[in-house]
Order: sequence, then structure tokens, then C-alpha cells
Amino acid sequence: MADRPPQQTTSWLGYVKGFWVTFKKLFEDRVTAPYPKEKAPKPERLHGRHVLNRYEDGMEKCIGCELCAGVCPARCIYVRGADNPPDDPVSPGERWGFIYEINYLRCIHCDLCVEACPTEAITETKLFEFSFTNRLDAIYTRDELLVDDDGLPQNLPWEDWREGEDLHTSAWMRATAPAGQADYEGRVAWSGELGYGVRAPEPGQSPADGPTADEASPDEPEVED
Amino acid sequence: MDPLLDGGIGLTEVLIVLFKVVLAFVFLLVATMMMIWFERKLISDMQNRIGPNRAGKWGLLQSLADGIKAFFKEDLKPARADLGVFKLAPYLSLVPAFLLFTIIPVGGVFQDGNDGVVTMFGQETFLQVADPPIGVLFALAMSSVAVYGVMLAGWSSGSKYPLLGSVRASAQMVSYEAALGLSVAAVVLLAGSLRTNAIVAEQATWGWNLWTAGIVPFVVFVIAATAELNRPPFDLVEAEQELVGGFHTEYSSIRFAMFFLAEFMNTITMSAIIVTLFLGGPNGPLLFGPDWIWPPLWFFLKLGLLLFMFVWFRATLPRVRYDQLMDLGWKVLIPVALAWLLLLAALRLTRDDALNIVDNDTANLAIVIGGSALVIIIAGSLLVAAIQTAKDRRAESVEAYD
Repeated sequence: MADRPPQQTTSWLGYVKGFWVTFKKLFEDRVTAPYPKEKAPKPERLHGRHVLNRYEDGMEKCIGCELCAGVCPARCIYVRGADNPPDDPVSPGERWGFIYEINYLRCIHCDLCVEACPTEAITETKLFEFSFTNRLDAIYTRDELLVDDDGLPQNLPWEDWREGEDLHTSAWMRATAPAGQADYEGRVAWSGELGYGVRAPEPGQSPADGPTADEASPDEPEVED
Repeated sequence: MDPLLDGGIGLTEVLIVLFKVVLAFVFLLVATMMMIWFERKLISDMQNRIGPNRAGKWGLLQSLADGIKAFFKEDLKPARADLGVFKLAPYLSLVPAFLLFTIIPVGGVFQDGNDGVVTMFGQETFLQVADPPIGVLFALAMSSVAVYGVMLAGWSSGSKYPLLGSVRASAQMVSYEAALGLSVAAVVLLAGSLRTNAIVAEQATWGWNLWTAGIVPFVVFVIAATAELNRPPFDLVEAEQELVGGFHTEYSSIRFAMFFLAEFMNTITMSAIIVTLFLGGPNGPLLFGPDWIWPPLWFFLKLGLLLFMFVWFRATLPRVRYDQLMDLGWKVLIPVALAWLLLLAALRLTRDDALNIVDNDTANLAIVIGGSALVIIIAGSLLVAAIQTAKDRRAESVEAYD
């Protein structure tokens, strides 16, 4: 005869305990998040939809160098540069990106474009809840990617922007150490942005020391949505 | 009999009866809607979830939304279904649920020898749609008819999973009907009547059968009722993991919804029957204010508690296996109910009918109790021996197989 495991003996009190367990749950907190109404807090370094930033004087940062397009592993970026019109320059310097397209059906949000950009022109917000009913709508052009005149990302009708989603835009790039040390504190070595001024570096990943991203940079202007 | 129908039957009497029928119908429909909401909300509370909260305030209109959705869905009919029976089956499970509620007294004062008569539009009547002299039998019959709905639904679908589900259902319901009937018999024995109204009157105000019949018939009845209703932990009929959807696998649209409507409605009516048989129906202390307010309030409070209990069962107990179900029904519930009935009958014989074996009341009681105890012990040991023999046989055959 094959070996059988010994029969488990449980006291009948087990049933009573079970009833008590379910009854207790009535008074506990719910674990469900009412998602579309409230969103879970997003990580500091979340990679979302891109924006093309401007300098504080309103000039565009993009110089049309196509490095982002070159580094993109998904080949979703299409950029073409052109000479700035001398009487009305779009960006400081010689060139500007007169075509800038990102196909979000391809983009994998790896942030390599953000790393490659020499002028911090392209960064990523924390917005990922945007969807389209049309393939053409998935291709964001300059018109959609470029920040507004006040330096804030455009809130397109099909996007679900919530407060704080453009606050620490691409802090990832700004703080990551070249060697990838987790506790590396970024040093400000970048130009200011329209609407945000000089963005503060993100603190290192060790939470024990250093200001949190919210407290950093008291001179950062308050942004209203 | 209902005092309403004692004299001649005129237009007023017919109108009052119609009024009561419509009231009961509407109440049951609304209560079922609320029950579905209540069950979903409570079970989600017991599982740390939120539950329905989209339709209406706190999701109160969720069942209405579901119902409207079900109405507008396509009604699929399997090619190999026996169409006539297939269409009939949902009604067979829904209609008894309605009929069952007609014999429930929901109000009326039963204190001080009152028998729950209320005056309605100048006519004396009971606060129940009908009070047939065979009330309890009617309840048992209706709950058996509901089995046909489930059985025929599975059989007429022309598909094997529903068939298996309905075979389980009929076996389960037939097994538990015996225990159900035996525990009701204890109540009938105490009341001396099958009329629900008389049973409630007999329990006024605090003589609830819950304790006058001993707690045992109540417990047996609740367990058997849960099985009869196919509610968890006895919902083998629709065990999704084993039988897809059980007997209603092939149903869709409003026909599918009707099975669920019937299930929830049956839960309400069965709870109402438990209240009537064991918890004194609308009996309860009449506090301040007019007397007629309190009995319905007590009735619905008890009903609500029982419904809470059924949902609590569902949240807590895992589904039993099929052999466990049969074991519980045949080897535990039926013998216990039978033994308890015997004890109650013996007690009643000595106390009420003044049985005289010797000229001493206490001695008589002792003889009767001793006698019944002896019978129960002998029968019990025979049962245990039989079960043990069957177990040994099975062990032997398994050993031979190994």
C-alpha cells in the first residue's frame, strides 16, 4: 500500500475562527484604489510622454541634431534640423528642429533620447495615460510635444493629466551618476527651463539623507495647473 | 382561515387580496434587487474590497443596471436544446420563489392572544397574502418545485456540463429535503398546526421555536436550507471550476438573469420562512408609538440578520466536496433531526397528553426520556457501525487496488 499523508485533524473551533476572520474584515481599510478617480502615486523617475522644453527666455532648446533619433532603439523619433531664420531665430544658435515627431505606437519609453540630448531639450513627464483611436493620432509632432508659452506641457484633450505629473520631469537624467551609483546626488549643470527655472537635481536613491525631490530647490517657481 | 374570507366575497375582499398580492410582488422584486446589492457589497467588505459603487449612490442601482443589460443581450438558444423545456425552466425556478412568500406573515400583533388580525379598509385580515391550512407543506412543496427548474434547465440544454450540474442539483436537493422536512416537523409538532399564522401565534412574544424546540432543529434547518438554496458552501450545482457554470451554462440574456433572480429571491423567502418557523415571525416587544408599526419592523430586522448570515456563510466557508455534502446530509443531519424529533415527541407525549405508565409524573418523564435515549443510542450505534463497515470496505478495495 502506498504511503498516505496522515489525516489532518482540525478542531471544529476552526470554523468559528474563520467566521471571526471574515467579520473582522468589515472594519478594515479597503485595498482597492478607485483608479480613474484617484491615481496611485507615481515613482520619481517614471518615464512618460515626452516634452520639448524651452529656455527661460522662450527659445526652444532643440537644435535639430538628430542624436535622439539616432540613439532611439525603437526608431520612433523622426527629426530634421534647419538653419535658424536670422531675423527671427527659434532657438539660440545656428539650427533648430523644424520637424520633430515621436510615434507612440513604437516608443518604449527607455529615455535614451533624453540621455542623448545635448541641450536637455527633450525630457519625459510622468504622464502615461494617453490613448488614441487613430494611428495618426499616435504620432506626436512638434505642435503637441512643445511646451506652452508658460513652459508647461500641453494638456491635450485625450490625455489625462493630474497634478504633479510634470513636476520632476525626467529627473532620471538629471541625477543619474555616470557610473550608475544609486546614492549619487546630481549637481546642477544644466540650463533653466521656461516655467520651472533651474530644475533641482533629484536626490540619490538612499532615502536616509538629502532632501526629497519635493523640498529641493526652494527657488523653483510654483507651478499652477 | 383568514377572517377576510369568512363571510361572503365581495369586491372589497377581492381588491384587498389583489392589493396584498401586488404589494408582495413589488416587495419581493425590490428586495431581491437590494439583496443582490447587499450581498455584493457585504462580501466585498469582507474581502477588503469596495464592491459596486458606480451605478447610483453606493452602487445601489447596480442590479437595475445589470437587469437592463441582461434584457438587451442576445438570447442564445443551443441547437440541440429541447426548446420548450429550455424556455420553461427559468420560470419554474422563479415562480415558486414568488409563491413561497405568499404564506409568510409579515406583520400583525400576536401578543395577548391576538392572532395577528389587522384591520385594512374596514375589513379584518392577516398581513400575509394567503394562510392555507397546509402552509408549511406548501412551503416544502414549492421549494421542491424549484428543483425542477434547475433539473429541467440542465437536462434541456442538450449539453453535458449543464446535465452534470443538474444531476448534482437534484441529488443534493432531494437529500437535503429530508433533513429540511424533519426539522420542520419538530416545529409543527410544537405548534400543532401547519398554518404559518398559527405557528407564529404559538411563538408569541418570546416563545420562539429557536429555544422551545431546542437549538437543534434550527441549526439543521439553516444548514439544509443553505443546501436547498444552492448557496455557498453548498453551491456544487454551479461549481465553476468543475462544471463551467453548472445548470445554467447554456443560458444567456434575461433567462440567465432569471435563474439568479430566483436564487436571490429564494434566499429571501427561505430566510422569511426561517423567521416564521423559528424566530417568532413578526413577534417582538411593542415599544412606543402605534402597535402596528413594530411587528413588521421586527420581521424585517430578523430577515436582515438572516440574510447577513447567509452572506457571511458565503464569505467564510469553502465549498464542500460532493461526498462531504452527501455525508453531511445523510449521516449527520437526517439522523440528528430524526433523533431530536423523537425526543420532542416523547416529551410532548408525557407533558401535554399526560401519559400515565406509572402514577408519578417525574417517573413517567424519566421512563419516556430514558426510552427515547435508549432508542437513539441503539440507532446511533447501528448507524456508526454501518458507516464504519462501509469505510472499511472502501479501504479494503483501495488496498487491493494499490
